[in-house]
Amino acid sequence: MSEIHPLVILLAAVLTNNILLSNFLGLCSFLACGKQLDTAFGLGAAVTFVTVCTTIINYLIYHQLLLPMGLEHLQFIIFIAVIAGFVQLVEMVVERFSPSLYYHLGIFLPLITVNCAILGASLFMIIREYSFWQSAAWGLGAGLGWALAICLIAGIQQRLRFSSVPKPLAGLAITMIITGLMALAFMGFTGMAKIQ
Amino acid sequence: MAQAPVPIGGPTAKSTFLAGLWANNPIFCQILGICSALAVTTRLENSLVMGVALIFVIAMSNLAVSILRHLIPRRIRMIVEVAIIATFVIVFDQFLKGYYWEMSKQLGPYVGLIITNCIVMGRAEAYALHNKASLSVVDGIANGLGYAVILAIIGASRELIGTGKLLGYEVLSGNWYVPNHFFIYPPGAFIALGLLIWLIRAIKPQEDDSSQSGAGS
Repeated sequence: MSEIHPLVILLAAVLTNNILLSNFLGLCSFLACGKQLDTAFGLGAAVTFVTVCTTIINYLIYHQLLLPMGLEHLQFIIFIAVIAGFVQLVEMVVERFSPSLYYHLGIFLPLITVNCAILGASLFMIIREYSFWQSAAWGLGAGLGWALAICLIAGIQQRLRFSSVPKPLAGLAITMIITGLMALAFMGFTGMAKIQ
Repeated sequence: MAQAPVPIGGPTAKSTFLAGLWANNPIFCQILGICSALAVTTRLENSLVMGVALIFVIAMSNLAVSILRHLIPRRIRMIVEVAIIATFVIVFDQFLKGYYWEMSKQLGPYVGLIITNCIVMGRAEAYALHNKASLSVVDGIANGLGYAVILAIIGASRELIGTGKLLGYEVLSGNWYVPNHFFIYPPGAFIALGLLIWLIRAIKPQEDDSSQSGAGS
């Protein structure tokens, strides 16, 4: 398992093992924010940044602190605390340097904390027993893959607004089905790189 | 967003229960917590365990938050709630690891991901912070149950169509039924949930026009 080159992991995390399309993580903010391309782009960038950094921090904490002390069962609470603290930091930075982006993302920025994609990336890293560089590549790939998916769906949703969809199907249902078709398309990449 | 009718004199146990189960079902009406709704539903058995996990975590965290609601400072309530939820998730995870190792392996990271399941946080925030403990537990159980039922439906249909089995027993005979593996793969999950939501919304129309206005978390 630990023999895979980090670049392969990066590629696989973006395309073949996309965290949203094959592991269903981060769907809530995906559905809520995936309507405007610029919001989606901002959120995607924020999630990518947070995922990379928290994966690395969590890797270090898990292997330097929790494992030697035999406290693996605390990983959930430690990881979520790291993520929450880090998001707070990002929020302050974004508010300071890009008020317009802050205004757009609004409520969703603090809610990145409960974006399952970020916690999921850390948990998968532990389960798949990645090394340091593999973890960094996985974090980056997972974030980028999520950003790619949300930007794609935002683009589609913007077009979808001008088409007439049956009322019960509109909104959530049609989005899920489109996402399914997108996941199907991404399955076409499977032959390129494979991580479990 | 469809609001459950609240009877005069505040919510009762029964109205709270029904609201969580149907009128305000977390998955269909609030668009919450669908991440794990899809990931674990390749088999009915996994879906049932996940449903039980969620009922336990929501009920217990609602109880704890509700008891502590006057003690939690408003500014840091989020982090307190997350800590409480994480504690109960750890309890369930350790239980699963101790007694049902195989199941724990299959669910993988998704048990841990209950922490970020928006339903749990949403109920703590929206209900337990403002209501007394006994009602909060009822609300937690009802929402967990509403979630578990949907999970079971998706899990059952995916397992049945995808493999022709139900809970591991062959239901559709291999002689004439060719399993459609598409439903076991991730894209099948998205489409199955999409179709199910379509069906439910056709039966029970949403009141508001912007049916996707749920503030997903």
